[in-house]
Amino acid sequence: MIKIAFIILSLISIFSALMVISRKNPVASVLWLVFHFFGIAGLYVLLGAHFLAAVQIIVYAGAIMVLFLFVVMMLNLNLVNNEKRGKIIGKSIGAVVSGLVLVLFTYSIRTTKWNELFFNQVTDQEWGTAVKLGSLLFSNWLVPFQIVGILLFAAVIGVVALMKRKITRKVENGIVITQEEDVA
Amino acid sequence: MHTELWSLIIEKTIFGVILLAAIMTGAAYVTLAERKVASWFQDRIGPNRAGPLGLLQPLADGIKFFLKEDMIPKNVHKAFYLLAPGIAAIPPLLIAASIPWGNQIELLGKAIKLQMIDLNVGILFIFAFASIGVYGVMLGGWASNNKYSLMGGLRSSSQMISYELAQGTAVVGVLLLAGTLSLDEIVKQQDSLTKWYVWRQPIGFFIFFVASLAELARVPFDLPEAENELVGGYHTEYSSMKFGLFQVSEYIHLIVTSALISTLYFGGWQIPFVDIASNSSFIYGVLGVISLLLKTVFFIFVFMWLRWTLPRFRYDQLMSLGWKFLLEAAFVWIVITAILVLAFPWYKTWF
Amino acid sequence: MSEITIHHYIALSAIIFSIGVAGVLTRKNAIILFMSIELMLNSSNLALIAFASFMSNPVGQIFALFVIAVAAAEVGVGLAIIVTVYRNRNSINIDDVHLMKG
Repeated sequence: MIKIAFIILSLISIFSALMVISRKNPVASVLWLVFHFFGIAGLYVLLGAHFLAAVQIIVYAGAIMVLFLFVVMMLNLNLVNNEKRGKIIGKSIGAVVSGLVLVLFTYSIRTTKWNELFFNQVTDQEWGTAVKLGSLLFSNWLVPFQIVGILLFAAVIGVVALMKRKITRKVENGIVITQEEDVA
Repeated sequence: MHTELWSLIIEKTIFGVILLAAIMTGAAYVTLAERKVASWFQDRIGPNRAGPLGLLQPLADGIKFFLKEDMIPKNVHKAFYLLAPGIAAIPPLLIAASIPWGNQIELLGKAIKLQMIDLNVGILFIFAFASIGVYGVMLGGWASNNKYSLMGGLRSSSQMISYELAQGTAVVGVLLLAGTLSLDEIVKQQDSLTKWYVWRQPIGFFIFFVASLAELARVPFDLPEAENELVGGYHTEYSSMKFGLFQVSEYIHLIVTSALISTLYFGGWQIPFVDIASNSSFIYGVLGVISLLLKTVFFIFVFMWLRWTLPRFRYDQLMSLGWKFLLEAAFVWIVITAILVLAFPWYKTWF
Repeated sequence: MSEITIHHYIALSAIIFSIGVAGVLTRKNAIILFMSIELMLNSSNLALIAFASFMSNPVGQIFALFVIAVAAAEVGVGLAIIVTVYRNRNSINIDDVHLMKG
């Protein structure tokens, strides 16, 4: 049963990842990436990390991808011009390099001495719940938690500073002219 | 092991089919209720021609939607145009699957739980699918190849994501008191009238209610659908059953949000002076379901009451309310709840 | 394949990572580049949680939670930069951002 679920979820993840990098329309890529995140969240549930699966859907699929979609829809991309200068040689070199990366991974996995430690699936039912994670997060790992909070705060300040625009209005010959320019 | 798996699959499938049929019928009749309640508030009669008291009106509306010309405008992005109503309809149904509709009932010698998905991270699952509900709106607005639809879709989706934050943050107060994320446990803890979370979390309830109003895009927050401001918003270019599916998904979202409010704050399927939780016979189970349905109907009525009473917010007022008032109020409420839980032990173990 | 062992999860993570690398190296649209980076981050998250699960140590999940939070911050700032570049050059083809070349 778990085997079937693993096969289906991993096929969904790999297929959607391939679709993400190959679609011409960026909105289609974004939607395939959302689908991929659902597959990955399913794999997290298979591993027993329920809380993290829910957090993955809320944060990644529900917030970050919505931000991507906003940017794609607002930018109103001219799809024809974007990929015209992509040459076949460039793309094939990219594919070869990624194949080499995969070969490198396979080699490094094959030549590692795997201990018995790595083969027992977790049996504790409480391993992935919010209670267990919360008790660790607020005791041992409190300082990294707070630093991540400060990091997110800094990111918000950065985004607002980048996107701030100064709007000046002047009246010329009875016509109101509004000018927007970036402050940054 | 094999027969157990098959009996689980059959049980869940039958329950799922019944739940789906009940919710779709409920959504259809909520459209009728909307028009009837509107007419009562406006001192007129409302639809009463199609069948006795207008009860076949949803059937007539459904047939009308199916028989209208199914038109796809020429320059739309066809795949997304056709996908968007479907994507809008799925998240409310998934939220409906994780609400506990009643206690366990014993049917044919088996204890059947009246909740399709009982997760130990139940509330997070519900918020996850509330976040996914934004995609249908955005895709519908963008795929229509119409700048008014795009603006309507972007406005509507930014409204939804802004108020999701306040909604989730307000529920943290209930989670601090309950100590669990599972909805079934939260309902089981509210077993007497004084233990309902609304008495201990009045401000949290208010914030959750207002944020749900904005999440559902109902008045006073329904600027994205206001015909005189934005033509039709994100569903301008949709006709016949695709538009019908957008409307139905909005009403299903209304039903499940009302059920969620009654589950979190008003005791769910518990009846005030009756002990249902320890008795799993069929009658008590049905009583629990009826109790939850009555509470849900009450909240649907309150949502409709507000629609015909309050004027609409302007878009910038709406966004500043969500970001500058509600979110801060929710954070302050979490801090107050945490201080109360730590300082007064009777706050958590109430009576 | 009688049981799902950790090797399956690691192999899956490696495959998705290399798909992400292929996306970064072949596409010229800045947004799709960003999404390939998200693919890579996700594959490493999967490997982290797989290790945490097979060693019964919950710390891997905490690390993955931090990775998700940092990815959120990075996406916010990165998209703000892309929008600024778009405002100035009206194109998000990464070949067009070449003023400091040579």
